[in-house]
Amino acid sequence: MTAQPIAPAPDTDFDDAAFVAAAGGDWSDVADEIVRLKEERVAINMGPQHPSTHGVLRLILELDGETVTETRVGIGYLHSGIEKTMEFRTWTQGTALTTRMDYVASMCNELTYVLAVEKLLGLTDEIPERAVTIRVLIAELTRVASHLIAVGTGGNELGGTTLMTVGFREREEILRFFEMVTGQRMNNAYMRIGGVSQDLPPDALAFLRGAYPRILRGVGDLEDLLMKNPIYRGRLVGNAYLDLTGCIALGITGPMLRATGLPFDVRRAIPYCGYETFEFDVITETTSDAWGRFMVRMREIRESMRIVAQCIERLEGTPGPVMVADGHVAWPSQLSIGPDGQGQSPEHVREVLSGSMESLIHHFKLVTEGFRVPAGQVFVQTEHPKGTQGVHAVSDGGTHPYRLHVREASFNNLQATAALCDGGTVSDVIIGLASIDPVLGGVDR
Amino acid sequence: MADGIEGKAPSFMLGSVAKLVGALRAGSTWPVTMGLACCAIEMMAAGTARFDLSRFGMEVFRASPRQADLMIVSGRLSHKMAPVVRRVYDQMADPKWVLSMGACACTGGVFNNYAIVQGCDHVVPVDIYLPGCPPRPEMLIHAILELHQQIKAEPLGPDRAKVARAVEQAALNALAPGETARPVQLNGAPV
Repeated sequence: MTAQPIAPAPDTDFDDAAFVAAAGGDWSDVADEIVRLKEERVAINMGPQHPSTHGVLRLILELDGETVTETRVGIGYLHSGIEKTMEFRTWTQGTALTTRMDYVASMCNELTYVLAVEKLLGLTDEIPERAVTIRVLIAELTRVASHLIAVGTGGNELGGTTLMTVGFREREEILRFFEMVTGQRMNNAYMRIGGVSQDLPPDALAFLRGAYPRILRGVGDLEDLLMKNPIYRGRLVGNAYLDLTGCIALGITGPMLRATGLPFDVRRAIPYCGYETFEFDVITETTSDAWGRFMVRMREIRESMRIVAQCIERLEGTPGPVMVADGHVAWPSQLSIGPDGQGQSPEHVREVLSGSMESLIHHFKLVTEGFRVPAGQVFVQTEHPKGTQGVHAVSDGGTHPYRLHVREASFNNLQATAALCDGGTVSDVIIGLASIDPVLGGVDR
Repeated sequence: MADGIEGKAPSFMLGSVAKLVGALRAGSTWPVTMGLACCAIEMMAAGTARFDLSRFGMEVFRASPRQADLMIVSGRLSHKMAPVVRRVYDQMADPKWVLSMGACACTGGVFNNYAIVQGCDHVVPVDIYLPGCPPRPEMLIHAILELHQQIKAEPLGPDRAKVARAVEQAALNALAPGETARPVQLNGAPV
């Protein structure tokens, strides 16, 4: 087809605009126009089903060539109305919803929630020691599992599938323990207000002792793959930089903040669950870049495993109940494994039914209606694998929360996306995002 | 659906060809990465060493819907995400299948509220439902193997079109609670 002359512009108002007829045209005019405008900007949409956005995050990137000039974050694609739904469920049922917020670190969410409700109830000091130690053990193993996923999927997004398979392999060891203790691999709803839902099975600690060296060996594999890999190092060092001032201004917490050199860890700053009695170091790096964040996570895994070892020793010497003694709050169930799966143990059902009528009525009311929580409000924070997690619980004296808000670290940390990615290349956006490690279930709730 | 050479062949010829094609299709189902929430982590776990989905020829999760023929809707589907899922489904080339993974994708699960679509079958036609919160990776593998059986038995060409049409008509005729008759017709054709 021969080149057609450019059709005259239909409206003289557009004389200044570049006009190229669909039938063809002189491409030198188009090139001249780009030269005249001195810019070449493209807006691209990344997500919400892009495999490297940690779930259903949507990024709107403005590019000048290969350079990102502006990053906008679109969230809400996984909004599940969890906080609102909790207002229509009893306080006990709340754990089943909090566990599904940041689903990679389920039981850390539950811990913050139950600590908040226990503070409202004034029960904080009455939780049995064994229950507290089990909570610490479970929370630290959850932290290890979460960091393994953060490092593994982060590596996968950079093209290192082996990092993911190694990370998931070690996570499976932890999930086997969780399944043994809670009956579920994920979304455990194991923490109960007043304690935990059931004691550790008799062989659980022996299993964990056996798995312990295997997990550490796998973490060593991951460290070798990560720290000694020149490609990985080249991509991460000096990339996605955000210093202490920026972190504080944006409300960033967790490994991102500690990678700037500030040793802020809620477990040390505002201890809960007796963390002040455990020996562990708050890990910091001083590089403030993506490399530092991954290093903090890898080294925190080892610190968490130190706490796990101390928990195992303590639990072996601490028998006792795992639920608060107060019968107004303590969840009246004892689970066992029957021929048709896990359920109420027949002995417990027999005991409840053969007791007094008042006791049976109380049991029924507690399970169907729930217990009442004194009116008031509390804010409790814990160290979640992603950062500082806070729960603001408000009670009007009823059996349901009046309002419950969760400060998810993922949500606040995601604010840093533009600061990390602007001015870098498109490929570095993935690194910036992976170093934040957001989980969209936690961001959107 | 009957656009290819299979559209020209008479039904009796398609019978044995369908078996062969079904076996080939079942052996190379490539899933699209449609991870939404918790179930997506279990879906990823199914692809890693301990469960090893690659034993069934589908370890490669395609990021592009154009290269995939199985959509695993894994997790809760919010109203904001629903159009995206539908668009990804529409971009997949026929023949395609949908696996609804997890309680939320099947029925809305614990999220009986304003934010979550009460079952992804409101948005895409589901071939197999996999309950659980989340289902174990073994359960996902089992569901995929069951789907393979369905794919193998699936008719081809005009037969497939006929079946799809009958299914769609049955869905249109389905009665809501309290309804006695529903005079909806597919494309205005007499029922």
